[in-house]
Amino acid sequence: MQAQKNKVSVLKQMKKKKHCYLFLAPFFILFLLFTVVPVLMAMGLSFTSFNVFEAPKFVGLKNYVQLFFYDDLFIKSFSNTLTIAIFVGPLGYLLSLVVAWSINELAPALRTVLVVLFYAPSISGNAYMIWTLMFNGDAYGLLNAWGKKFGLINEPIQWLTDTKYMMICVIVVSLWMSLGTGFLSFVAALQGIDRSLYESAAIDGVHNRWQELWFVTLPSMKPQLLFGAVLAITGAFSVGEVCTNLCGNPSTDYAVHTLLNHMQDYGNTRYEMGYACAISTFLFVLMMGANQLVNKLLRRVGS
Amino acid sequence: MKVMKGLANQSRYARSNFGGIVNLLWLLLFASAMALPMVFTVSNAFKPLEELFVFPPNLIVKNPTLNNFAGISSVLRESWVPVGRNIINSVTITAFGVLGQVIFASLAAYVLAKEVFPGSKLLNKVIVLSLMFNGTVTSIPTYIIMANLKIVNSHLALILPACASSLGLFLMKQFMEQMVHTTILEAARVDGASELRIFFQIVMPMCKPAWLTLIILSFQSLWGNTGGLYIYDDELKTLPYALQNIMSGGTIARSGVSSAVALLLIIPPLVTFILSQSNILETMGSSGIKE
Repeated sequence: MQAQKNKVSVLKQMKKKKHCYLFLAPFFILFLLFTVVPVLMAMGLSFTSFNVFEAPKFVGLKNYVQLFFYDDLFIKSFSNTLTIAIFVGPLGYLLSLVVAWSINELAPALRTVLVVLFYAPSISGNAYMIWTLMFNGDAYGLLNAWGKKFGLINEPIQWLTDTKYMMICVIVVSLWMSLGTGFLSFVAALQGIDRSLYESAAIDGVHNRWQELWFVTLPSMKPQLLFGAVLAITGAFSVGEVCTNLCGNPSTDYAVHTLLNHMQDYGNTRYEMGYACAISTFLFVLMMGANQLVNKLLRRVGS
Repeated sequence: MKVMKGLANQSRYARSNFGGIVNLLWLLLFASAMALPMVFTVSNAFKPLEELFVFPPNLIVKNPTLNNFAGISSVLRESWVPVGRNIINSVTITAFGVLGQVIFASLAAYVLAKEVFPGSKLLNKVIVLSLMFNGTVTSIPTYIIMANLKIVNSHLALILPACASSLGLFLMKQFMEQMVHTTILEAARVDGASELRIFFQIVMPMCKPAWLTLIILSFQSLWGNTGGLYIYDDELKTLPYALQNIMSGGTIARSGVSSAVALLLIIPPLVTFILSQSNILETMGSSGIKE
């Protein structure tokens, strides 16, 4: 009886708020189609063998067993992805925060110029390809040319094809682009902190800039810190296009082959969609897990 | 020393003069490192052919010319469709995608921010969760869906997903939660205004900084979209794709032209960002994820 009553009242409420659903419809239909359904599909298809032309065939855990125990390239691309994520995620995040804090008290005009300058690299898609001009393997690449001029190197270094340097190049370029939306969020948060908070903290015994930073500034921008962290983690784990665009596909000895590259290899080249979906599900879980972990850590700031 | 002085709303403990100088120094160094590739690209874009072969390369161009920009079309005409086509394609997907994102995301954000209805809590959670992963992760099933909708290899494959970017919806919703006051909405309802009218005549004008931000962010991601997996006809490809093609040629003779294309790619989003940066920062002020 009670349940039925509740059901009726929910329906009534829904009817009363009809306009809400109308307003939501255009966005959420597309969101469902291109975000929610793909996630569910990836999970479902990861238990099948599927080549697009025939109907998917259920194979249980076979894809995952293959992935974890027999696919050496998966292990390699996993470790590459972790390496990139560990450098680009935390470093990019810290860089955004430190830079935002450093420019916070500059004169507004100078601050604006610096914000534009630091944000610019993340602005435009694959414009990072200009780095190939820096890393070019012949003597005309800027890095080689300067290295030679200042006597640091004798022979031009093949930055983008020598396995010793490829990873560093990818990390440098990714870091270069890491002062994005999260950085803007930090800049805005710092600007918005109420001076009265500092005043009352001073009375409560905060005596210098560093204490202020830890006990007042960071805690009051916690929501933005969380937002920035989410974006940083998501970005750090989805590095992939940078690798293929800089170092080629496949890169020498797969030195910068990432999970994303591995997935696209199987999905778009070999049409082994089931296997590709297993990789995609793994990556998805990895990102979500990292996000939950960092969220927990960040909640401790200032305590 | 005006540059180093604290502003009204800031810390009680100003940096010491020494600290201020160290701070400026590190910023200067870091800024130059960040700017280096950009400066080199701008230079290269204006270098005549002879100067591209000067060793060691000049960081700053000596005899600037516009030849590289004129050369863009001729380089591409050899083997591909003219770059004009790529530019038109990029403009088209950018225009429609931006429009769709701003309208759809704002409509949805408005009810999520200001109304309580069955399902509203769940949807708010889903949006935050969706920020935690990236569309490229699920590009394989997305491709299958698009194939079934028969929109692979059409501009819709880039436009439709862009319309439903959850980052845009999230930023808009956060902004509306803080800036749009329920009392105003209620007053309008008492006066008999329809929900659609309230949205367009009251809510949207109040949220100008937020929708400017959405315009800029979706502009950036669409303008930089290579079309990747979803588009394979040369005639439908975008400007970033053209850049990728010229760059992968990798010869020095072409580096002038590729720099010119890179500039074409960077300048529009950069200029729009500069023009609207104060609005964007205002929006970002409310961007945080609340616990």
